[in-house]
Amino acid sequence: MRTFRIGGVHPHDNKQFSAHQRIVECPLPKQAIIPLVQHIGAPAQAVVEVGAKVKVGELLAKAGGFVSANICSPVSGTVTKIDQATDAWGAPMQCIFIDVEGDVWAPEIDRTPDLVRSCTLEPKAIIDKIAAAGIVGLGGACFPTHVKLLPPPGKKAEVLIVNGVECEPYLTCDHQLMLEHGEEIIVGIQILKRALGVDRAIIGIENNKKDAIAHMRDLAKTQLGIEILPLKLKYPQGGEKQLIDACIGRQVPSGALPIEVGAVVDNVATIYAVYEAVQKNKPLISRVMTVTGKQVAKPGNYSVRFGTPIDEVIALAGGVPANTGKVIGGGPMMGRAMDHTEGMPANKRLSGLLFLPEAESVRPEEENCIRCSKCVQACPMGLEPYLLQRLNELEMYEEMEKHAVMDCIDCGCCVFACPAHRRLLDGIRPGKAKVGAMLRERAAAAAAEKK
Amino acid sequence: MKNFIVAPAPHAHSGDSIRRNMLLVILALMPAYVVSVIEFGYGALITAAVSVLACVGTEWCISRFLLKEKKQSIGDLSAVLTGLLLAFNLPSNIDWWIILIGAVVAIGVGKMSFGGLGHNPFNPALVGRVFLLISFPAQMTTWPLAQGFDSAIMGQAVTDANTGATPLSLIGQGKIADLPSLWDSLMGAMGGSLGEVCALALILGGLFLICTKVITWHIPFAVIATAAAFAAIAGAFGGAPEGMCTGKYVAYELLTGGLMLGAFFMATDYVTSPMTACGKLIFGFGIGFIMMVIRTWGNYPEGMSFAILIMNACVPLLNKLRPMRFGEKRK
Repeated sequence: MRTFRIGGVHPHDNKQFSAHQRIVECPLPKQAIIPLVQHIGAPAQAVVEVGAKVKVGELLAKAGGFVSANICSPVSGTVTKIDQATDAWGAPMQCIFIDVEGDVWAPEIDRTPDLVRSCTLEPKAIIDKIAAAGIVGLGGACFPTHVKLLPPPGKKAEVLIVNGVECEPYLTCDHQLMLEHGEEIIVGIQILKRALGVDRAIIGIENNKKDAIAHMRDLAKTQLGIEILPLKLKYPQGGEKQLIDACIGRQVPSGALPIEVGAVVDNVATIYAVYEAVQKNKPLISRVMTVTGKQVAKPGNYSVRFGTPIDEVIALAGGVPANTGKVIGGGPMMGRAMDHTEGMPANKRLSGLLFLPEAESVRPEEENCIRCSKCVQACPMGLEPYLLQRLNELEMYEEMEKHAVMDCIDCGCCVFACPAHRRLLDGIRPGKAKVGAMLRERAAAAAAEKK
Repeated sequence: MKNFIVAPAPHAHSGDSIRRNMLLVILALMPAYVVSVIEFGYGALITAAVSVLACVGTEWCISRFLLKEKKQSIGDLSAVLTGLLLAFNLPSNIDWWIILIGAVVAIGVGKMSFGGLGHNPFNPALVGRVFLLISFPAQMTTWPLAQGFDSAIMGQAVTDANTGATPLSLIGQGKIADLPSLWDSLMGAMGGSLGEVCALALILGGLFLICTKVITWHIPFAVIATAAAFAAIAGAFGGAPEGMCTGKYVAYELLTGGLMLGAFFMATDYVTSPMTACGKLIFGFGIGFIMMVIRTWGNYPEGMSFAILIMNACVPLLNKLRPMRFGEKRK
């Protein structure tokens, strides 16, 4: 069975808590809080004014640049204010507040459960629909999907790689989505193949989801050019570069995009959103979130409209368990530990909520590096984490650049593997930011010189 | 408003620890140690006990009284392992006060003077051993012959009558008639340092460490392959003692002396070996090569300790070798 070739670790997948829990619709909130930044790139620009009445699916904010995404209203009601709110980490975020009144949808949206198979739109029309719907990568990075579908001049996509890996422990939303909406995902794949002009798609699914592999295989049987590829369990297989390596054996060079090796990667949840946008005219207004943890009363997969306070989702899952030490937005490997949950809305970025008991929340004390090289063996990018951390301590940013710190994908394998519990990433992240700033400065200086 | 614990990702850990790794290495040494106790009797028990206690005691005293550390480091078991490895490199009949000196040098000079675990450039157990080898050449090279546990337990004092040369010095002197059989070399029924005699037990322990991912295969493989290739070439050009075929010569070189102990347990010491796979292979090659040079032309019959220490010194240089980066063009 295939997997990526360099590094990787094997965390316990802990998916048993929420696996195979049917997707439950979360009730509408009284007030929706919709952040204008739910994606990578420029913030969206609000196009509604205070007092405006909106229906579900209507445009609230338009993309603020080429790399940006529209935000459509997840609820119907009245815009009460456009103001700053505080996110779960205490940082300010610009939001549109809507008092929810009923559940009135924009008329063009097809709300029937019927599967719409045929799509005869031109690629340009498909991409326009995806852009209008505000679709971003729901696997975690939140990169605007329509941008990925427009390869830079001179580059040609050869294969669409579908990410059904869900390598983060605990999370099961993609798994459940494949089981419940596999047919829609298959149609979505055919639409994306059409938009990209490729005749081959590979769905990579890790082998701990055997039922999803069988189900998708069954559905793809009658479809041209869709292969299901079971992958050997290894984190971080859902990383874009790792997944391409695992599926087609090509490695994207340092600093390059997947299109360099002819690949475009999209997550299954993203592709489901593409289906809904193109076939049903339904923009991206909700997503499936996994709410889970060893002590959670009703762990499960919940379909949540954006803007719903996460406290309401947590209540649905039985509330915050008594001995909770950390609440993590996302999975345990790359998710962010929240300071508090009050006032934080569900959004495109939030793939799950994980409650870790206190005993698992405190990081053990750091010990001396014993140079065991387990971080080097674990790094899926072939870097030397122990060295990068040291170089950051010494503020040797040029050296860090030489040692390819910009290739670091933040996956956390090095910290996971370290027997001395060293917080390698705590040093590598700021160093990477410094080197990134240095590179931008250099590029700006070079551009100025050209002028 | 309830505030939760905030810390950067990742929020999961493998559960691995320094202590766990040290414990597994100690566990992997146990088969060889059991054979030593059977072969050398009380001597093996006493030597190991003195060495371990002395190493742990030295580390405790230095960090308590000299460095005035608040937190003791002996709990990570690395001093226990150093003590055990030092004992493995000593004759089982050596005086207790010599062991004490060796332990103080190993931990005091070899490890704590550099800042403790993780900072020492040289393998502490070997620093201790080589210091003793130079300071007490007679005691360090008078090995009791393995006599089986029964006779040892009967309390027969180790005398000149039952001490003898190791197979390697016999090969060096061309006395192949006195050599133990290859089978005995594999099973450990021969003279030598406490822990080095039973190649089979050491190989099993080493494979256990590779399977439990405590070490990787690179260093042991490179050491053993280089030594085998060197011996085969030397044998083909008449380097083997008179009356011994090349195959047998290679087998003796591999199964006797400190090769297996060194390849699996000493050279693979985390702190003093390179970080990358490529570095590890070169490191292992260097050890195998230097060891065979010393064995073939050197003054000492055995060269493993020196070979490892010399290659320890090359580790900072070998760490300049980068691992294979993702996306790099493969040749």
